Amino acid sequence: MKILVGYKRVVDYNVRIQVKPDGSGVETSGVKLSANPFDDIALEEALRLREKGIASEVVVATIAPADAQAHLRNGLAMGANRAIHLVTNDAIQPLTAARAFLKLIEKEQPQIVILGKQAIDDDCNQTGQMLAALWNRPQATFASKVEVNGGAAKVTREVDAGLETIEVDLPAVITTDLRLNEPRFIKLPDIMKAKSKPLETLQLADLGIASGDTLKTMNYAAPAKRSKGVMVKDAAELVAALKTKGLL
Amino acid sequence: MSKILIIAEHLNGKLNSSTARCVSCAQAIKADAIDVLVLADAPDAIAAEAAKIAGVTKVLTVANAANQHALAAVYAPQIVAAAAGYSHVLAPSTTFGKDLAPRVAALLGVAQVSDVISVIDAHTFTRPIYAGNAIITVQAPADQVLVATVRTASWAAAADGGSAPVEALSLSAELPTHTRFVELAQGSSERPDLQSAGRVVSGGRGVGSAENFAIIFKLADKLGAAVGASRAAVDAGYVPSDLQVGQTGKIIAPELYMAIGISGAIQHLTGIKDAGTIVAINKDGEAPIFEVADIGLVGDLFKIIPELEAALG
Ligand SMILES: Cc1cc2nc3c(=O)[nH]c(=O)nc-3n(C[C@H](O)[C@H](O)[C@H](O)COP(=O)(O)OP(=O)(O)OC[C@H]3O[C@@H](n4cnc5c(N)ncnc54)[C@H](O)[C@@H]3O)c2cc1C
Ligand SMILES: Nc1ncnc2c1ncn2[C@@H]1O[C@H](COP(=O)(O)O)[C@@H](O)[C@H]1O
Repeated sequence: MKILVGYKRVVDYNVRIQVKPDGSGVETSGVKLSANPFDDIALEEALRLREKGIASEVVVATIAPADAQAHLRNGLAMGANRAIHLVTNDAIQPLTAARAFLKLIEKEQPQIVILGKQAIDDDCNQTGQMLAALWNRPQATFASKVEVNGGAAKVTREVDAGLETIEVDLPAVITTDLRLNEPRFIKLPDIMKAKSKPLETLQLADLGIASGDTLKTMNYAAPAKRSKGVMVKDAAELVAALKTKGLL
Repeated sequence: MSKILIIAEHLNGKLNSSTARCVSCAQAIKADAIDVLVLADAPDAIAAEAAKIAGVTKVLTVANAANQHALAAVYAPQIVAAAAGYSHVLAPSTTFGKDLAPRVAALLGVAQVSDVISVIDAHTFTRPIYAGNAIITVQAPADQVLVATVRTASWAAAADGGSAPVEALSLSAELPTHTRFVELAQGSSERPDLQSAGRVVSGGRGVGSAENFAIIFKLADKLGAAVGASRAAVDAGYVPSDLQVGQTGKIIAPELYMAIGISGAIQHLTGIKDAGTIVAINKDGEAPIFEVADIGLVGDLFKIIPELEAALG
């Protein structure tokens, strides 16, 4: 079976994002870019399913500008068999991303599609669910455990109330939560090997996907700052301070 | 003219307070009608609770055994059928709504606005991106249904006091069987609920072990508080995942939040930015948590917590 993995490039999670003073966006020039942490987890899960003999091929896909090839090479170095680069210069929204992934599904016929539960740049948490809807297939979001048995997968999901387990028929879309696994580190020889792995480049526009993005971002603002508070020296002072605030 | 449909969240026959928070957001949109849709196997008691929320125009119920568990693939086509004639479909930005709303949006062929924190007008909203490091104003087209999730921590629950009529709907939507509920392992529910509690005591990696977490629970019980945790504490197995507070955990806004042995990473802070008073206890005076804490105390938590309990009497 084939697994398709969403592998988005985002601003590294350690970067302190700054909003541009004119409110036109956030500062991204010269900022470190990395794989979305949830997508590293998605790829790791796919690789483990391949290592268990459940999957035979893992394909990573990204929708990004032309300079994202090195990013895909990282996915190949981590262990993906092939990469697909859908090139576009637009920062596309989830519905368009889902439509693009649907085209890839038609082309690749995967049994499982694993995406991150959310991209840590737009924090949308939508693409996997939208893709499953457009594909008319099951979704198992926020996965912390995946067991594949023949034509179905049993997925444990991190939900507000605790841990929910559902069973979905394949093919299906799974989105990852943080505790699904710990992604492996890329080893030097694998970086060399990745150079000769297949990387297919397609123009997003050639797939017949006009950017269907309909949400307009009017303005970017820095979040309201919390003002610095007071320091107390011991537990008794803390209790007194809470009483003053009427909290005890 | 705005006509809003809110998808009720419920569990074990009880309405979740996230629904009343969505009603507050709907009121900010200045809607002509705010209807609540209850999909359940036995919706009556839940609908009766929803009917009491002030501001609700009408409660619609869909009783179906297939709706016993909130499976997005099963709920979504029904919501699409019920949404005809509405200008907005709102769901809470809890794991329930996050799972469901995008599926509804895609079936309707429209974009979704995630995590609405404020309403500018019926089609213009603000929402956080980059773990709350930036707030954007987004505008959705006025000629399409608008699907959005409402960041519950940013909205107070609408009060009780309504008496909306309840109407049973019969929908013709084909429901898939490809997705099946197996089980829900719920944490203990004896303590206050993390997402609606007025007080929350959270522990981080500094607490050191699952056994040590007992002192966090004890302090929380003394304060009548819910217990939360950082991702590091959850990853280390000190507490279950449903206690995680932050960008990828629960976003909360208690009156009092105590962060104990938590460094204050941005992904954690985004989960508490609307908290009333933040108290930080950390042995490292340079920890970033002190930059946002209203009251900070530098020291060893294992020494301070017993003293605190004694001082609380
Ligand atoms: C994609 C992504 C999503 C994330 N989502 C979340 C999220 O939702 N929520 C979240 O919390 N994190 C999240 N994180 C992780 C986050 O970046 C931090 O790693 C995490 O919050 C750190 O947890 P901590 O503060 O408990 O641990 P640490 O950073 O290790 O801090 C422990 C603190 O305890 C203090 N301490 C130690 N011993 C004592 C003692 N005896 N007495 C007093 N203080 C003591 C130390 O001084 C230190 O400040 C996410 C990260 C990523 C990449
Ligand atoms: N441009 C993209 N390229 C590759 N994967 C993407 C892209 N956009 C979204 N995804 C996938 O969808 C997930 C959720 O994204 P989002 O809905 O934007 O939060 C990500 O973790 C990725 O797996």
